[in-house]
Amino acid sequence: MPEVKNRQAVTGAQAIANAMRQINPDVVAAYPITPQTPVVEYFAQYVADGVVDTEMIPVESEHSAMSAVVGAAAAGARAMTATAANGLALMHEIVYIAASSRLPIVMPVANRALSGPINIHCDHSDAMAERDSGWIQLWAENAQEAYDLTLIALRLGEHEDVRLPVMINFDGFIISHGVEVVDFLDDEVVKKFVGEPKVKYPLLDVDNPVTYGPLDLYDYYFEHKRQQIEAMKHVERVYKEIVDEFEKISGRRYDIFDKYMVDDAEYIMIALGSTAGTIKYTVDLLREQGHKVGIVKPWVFRPFLKKELQEVLNGRKAVIVLDRSASFGAEAPLYEAVKSALFNVENKPLIGSYVYGLGGRDIKVEYIKQAFEDAFAGNLNPDEERYLGLRE
Amino acid sequence: MAELKNWKELPIGGVIDKPATAKEYQTGTWRVIRPIYQAENCIHCMFCWLYCPDQAVEIEVVDGKPKMKGFNYYYCKGCGLCANVCPKTNDKLPEEKRAIVMKPETEFQE
Ligand code: SF4
Ligand code: SF4
Repeated sequence: MPEVKNRQAVTGAQAIANAMRQINPDVVAAYPITPQTPVVEYFAQYVADGVVDTEMIPVESEHSAMSAVVGAAAAGARAMTATAANGLALMHEIVYIAASSRLPIVMPVANRALSGPINIHCDHSDAMAERDSGWIQLWAENAQEAYDLTLIALRLGEHEDVRLPVMINFDGFIISHGVEVVDFLDDEVVKKFVGEPKVKYPLLDVDNPVTYGPLDLYDYYFEHKRQQIEAMKHVERVYKEIVDEFEKISGRRYDIFDKYMVDDAEYIMIALGSTAGTIKYTVDLLREQGHKVGIVKPWVFRPFLKKELQEVLNGRKAVIVLDRSASFGAEAPLYEAVKSALFNVENKPLIGSYVYGLGGRDIKVEYIKQAFEDAFAGNLNPDEERYLGLRE
Repeated sequence: MAELKNWKELPIGGVIDKPATAKEYQTGTWRVIRPIYQAENCIHCMFCWLYCPDQAVEIEVVDGKPKMKGFNYYYCKGCGLCANVCPKTNDKLPEEKRAIVMKPETEFQE
């Protein structure tokens, strides 16, 4: 276990801004939006103080922010931005172009409910609206994970076999504004870990001119999409290599899935983000009462790497999936992914879907217990969506 | 048209990894009307050369001055811009007096 030299009480936003300072990206273009604002605010201070070499581009909208980092990344720069909610929605057109152009942009997203009606608090509807955009999605449970995953994201996206943009999701306010203890790595250690930018087809290489974003009709578009599908298939192997390396410098282990108390668990809950912390606490309480419960939290949600999940869930009594966003008229996104992964599992567990926390509605221990108790009683219906903390 | 590559052979991201690949693109296959050059009426003003969107007007330099030579049908897509801007071509002139005459491509089919 490497020695902890730099332990600080910081917000998630500060932790991410510090990761960005240590990465020292060539270009950051961003537009402020609650609750992402402090990330960019802290980073802008680093730029003003001259502690980073970054070209900071204050733009007039998120559409421009994503456009600017697309241009920068195509030029061969290490480019980052950050956003949330409606800002991410405004980026959408270019979010898709960033992935399709295979530009390894890194973007922390402080997850927040999409309007309307307008709401600034945490839910996952912003990131879920981008889940098919071709970005890798990593999900953090707390400020420490948000910091670590930002560093991992940079390496993952730039890897030769991947070349994809990466989104680090961290719950708005809960992680972005909550103060927690974070162990930072030394600047020199991070510098060595992230290394020099790995570029491919840089526009600034004027001796080897290339064209980005040409018209791509029925004769080639399909082939380019197939390449993106292939790149996502490489993520599992590359991610594992990088997290092994990260463990050596940090002592912190990141797998595809965070598994807590699952070895002998009969009932497993699955959730993304900060709620996993509350679930872990509830798991401890229920274990004291003799219930064999556990939680699986995806650190990687896109690509959705179901093989490991299938192995973990095979033969359990029940699986409860918690979603912090709805898919109107269809099953909630995480539930849909887990349910479809279970199709090929030999001993299928009973499965149930619970939507919670929309627009920042608090998720309480009693709600999590309630869902577990439904499972204990065998009272789960795979085709029914239930709601935690809603006034019925 | 160059041979179509499969997804494993292509550069990623829709990137075109070398310059001037438009040279391989036979835009001449689009043509439904064809410009015919009648050198005897041409004043070599170079308007057609300047306006042609596919650089399908061929010229040569004689005694330091550009001379219109004719059309490259590999690239000429038959848009008719050249005939439109040509000062020695218009609807009121009889065909034999024009520098450029636009003719249906069907007339040249075997
Ligand atoms: S018809 Fe159009 S493409 Fe062909 S030579 Fe004239 S201007 Fe060029
Ligand atoms: S525009 Fe007409 S006159 Fe001028 S060079 Fe072309 S063909 Fe000749």
